[in-house]
Amino acid sequence: MADIAMIKTAAETGLANLFAITKSLLPGDAAHREDAFRRFSERGLPHRRIEEWKYTDLRALLRDAAPFAGKPTEADIAAAEALDGPLTAIDSIEAVIVNGHLVRAPAALPPGVEIVPLREALGSGHPLLARMGAVGHAHDNAAYALNAAFMSDGAVIRIAAGTHVERPIHLRFLNTGATPFATATRVLVHVEVGASVTLLETHAGPGGVGYQPNGVVEMVVDDHAKVAHMRLNAEGSDALALSTLTARLGAKVAFDSFNLVAGTQVSRHQVYLAFAGEGSNAGIRGATMINGTQHADTTLVIDHAAPGCTSRELFKTVVDGQATGVFQGKIIVHSRAQKTDGRMMSAAVLLSEEGTMNNKPELEIFADDVQCAHGATCGQLDEDLLFYLRSRGLPLKEAEALLLESFLAEPIGEGIVHEDIAAALTGVIDGWLRARG
Amino acid sequence: MLQINNLVVQIEDKRILNGLNLTVNKGEVAAIMGPNGSGKSTLSYVIAGREDYEVLDGEILLDGQNLLEMEPDQRAAAGVFLAFQYPLEIPGVATMTFLKASLNAQRKARGEAELSTPDFIKRVNAAAAKLEIQKDMLKRALNVGFSGGEKKRMEILQMALLEPTFCILDETDSGLDIDALRIVSEGVNTLREAGRGFLVITHYQRLLNYIVPDTVHVMASGRIVKSGGKELALELEANGYADYRQSDAA
Ligand SMILES: Nc1ncnc2c1ncn2[C@@H]1O[C@H](COP(=O)(O)OP(=O)(O)O)[C@@H](O)[C@H]1O
Ligand SMILES: [Mg+2]
Repeated sequence: MADIAMIKTAAETGLANLFAITKSLLPGDAAHREDAFRRFSERGLPHRRIEEWKYTDLRALLRDAAPFAGKPTEADIAAAEALDGPLTAIDSIEAVIVNGHLVRAPAALPPGVEIVPLREALGSGHPLLARMGAVGHAHDNAAYALNAAFMSDGAVIRIAAGTHVERPIHLRFLNTGATPFATATRVLVHVEVGASVTLLETHAGPGGVGYQPNGVVEMVVDDHAKVAHMRLNAEGSDALALSTLTARLGAKVAFDSFNLVAGTQVSRHQVYLAFAGEGSNAGIRGATMINGTQHADTTLVIDHAAPGCTSRELFKTVVDGQATGVFQGKIIVHSRAQKTDGRMMSAAVLLSEEGTMNNKPELEIFADDVQCAHGATCGQLDEDLLFYLRSRGLPLKEAEALLLESFLAEPIGEGIVHEDIAAALTGVIDGWLRARG
Repeated sequence: MLQINNLVVQIEDKRILNGLNLTVNKGEVAAIMGPNGSGKSTLSYVIAGREDYEVLDGEILLDGQNLLEMEPDQRAAAGVFLAFQYPLEIPGVATMTFLKASLNAQRKARGEAELSTPDFIKRVNAAAAKLEIQKDMLKRALNVGFSGGEKKRMEILQMALLEPTFCILDETDSGLDIDALRIVSEGVNTLREAGRGFLVITHYQRLLNYIVPDTVHVMASGRIVKSGGKELALELEANGYADYRQSDAA
């Protein structure tokens, strides 16, 4: 590499110093962390000349690496738990992670469900740790590698074969603090053969503080298992939030993941999904609402490595103010993944002249008997539809809200069967639309 | 109630209305007939407040209020309703949701309380039954996959529900078979009352057998060129619009 002698940015130097200080204090295998940090530091913070980060220049966006948050006090926990997200009302098995530390594990677990704090699992060398990093595409990713180097806590979750977990498992990642801090959380979920589970994530934190959460959720889903995953990014107004979902699917799996972005100065959500067994179905969907100078990136790599799998990706973005939306989606179909059916769509509505949407859907197909399609749209709300609604008495903002709500609700309607969860997420969308005026 | 004086309208530098004058009184059903392209839909859009048009001259007064200074939703709240010639499909918005949002927006604009859901549903169901609209249609996305006739009935349902004081029907008869025409016309006729005015735009005389007008106006080249009673419609039916087209060329 020609620019190997690149000058380190303040944030890169900061991260190197933080790693030197904290690595001996963090639980688990130090060699793994060293290896992960090396994978990160070889390339440094990714910038716009790195294809995967073309529209989200992390080197420019992350000026300073904030120190990692210490263990929260009782007062911190109380303050964080007051961040009452809309998913809190759902009857669930709840784990609370404050500032990157698991502070409250579920009181009682149904049979077949095991939840171990990650810190403990790392300390004891839990056998499931061997399942981390199951999706190779993620390894060299900067956010993933940094998380692997710094991960402090989170959870290891096992759903035993054939277990149908009735209530959703809700992981509440709450943050609190008055000055910038960083967190690195990791959750590993192993859903064994024929098991089924609903997993919720809420991410929330204080407004006006430039905190830096970087979370990874990894799922290993065995044959005939069923996973429904809904994630709400309601981080604070000034946060820079990186998140990665990896999922490795066995055969005949039904997998659904939905991500809602409502707020946050900078967010990047990455999904690395690998079909490793035949005949699985995956739906990866999301809705993003941004305004002001917010920046929201969704980056997907959908790897069809096994035959006869179906994937549906549907992402909706509403851009107001001077905000910037990014969608990068790549479907890879290996030569042996015949009969793959992959469809990816990203649609954006620009509500202002200054907003930007960058859409980059890609297909890499090496098999001949496949059905794959991708599409991307970006435009304003239809003037004729707006006039029709207004002629019925709806003021402009209300007419816009009605059209936007139906636009944003599509990925919810297509994937989420749990009505209360769908309603709670729709409520977040309505709240955002109402706040427009 | 509606008074249009010397209305001149253009779109993309093309004159469409050329000094149109028209008065419709309270309780009156006025029909406008005219050849295709004479500007009938343009007139209805300009009254309802569509933005693409440039009004170069003239005024539109509804009970003395200057409509041209009002937003489309304000005009609706003031009592204007347009049954579109081509009703729009709104994917993802359930008909019920749309109806409720419209009704409550108008009630709010008039300072009335929002209707409770049961009251609202009762009203919709009653209006739908009269127009022979199936209940499951109300759950579907507005106008999406509806037949031409179903869309037109849905327009009249909205009209019945919103109880406007001035109703414009733009070629509501087009695309209707004889049964649907009868149902729609009955729907309109039950709304006829002393305080409400109608502007019924049509290309054919047929509709006017069902909705019998008080006055008939002939429109050509963006102007009202002849006005009369309901017998004028029959005359047009017999002779066609040839006379008026000639006068365009002159
Ligand atoms: N959006 C538009 N842009 C350009 N020309 C238009 C537009 N709408 C209508 N026109 C033109 O204006 C004239 C009148 O159209 P319209 O009002 O639809 O007539 P009618 O309803 O009587 O058939 C026609 O020549 C039509 O082509
Ligand atoms: Mg017309």
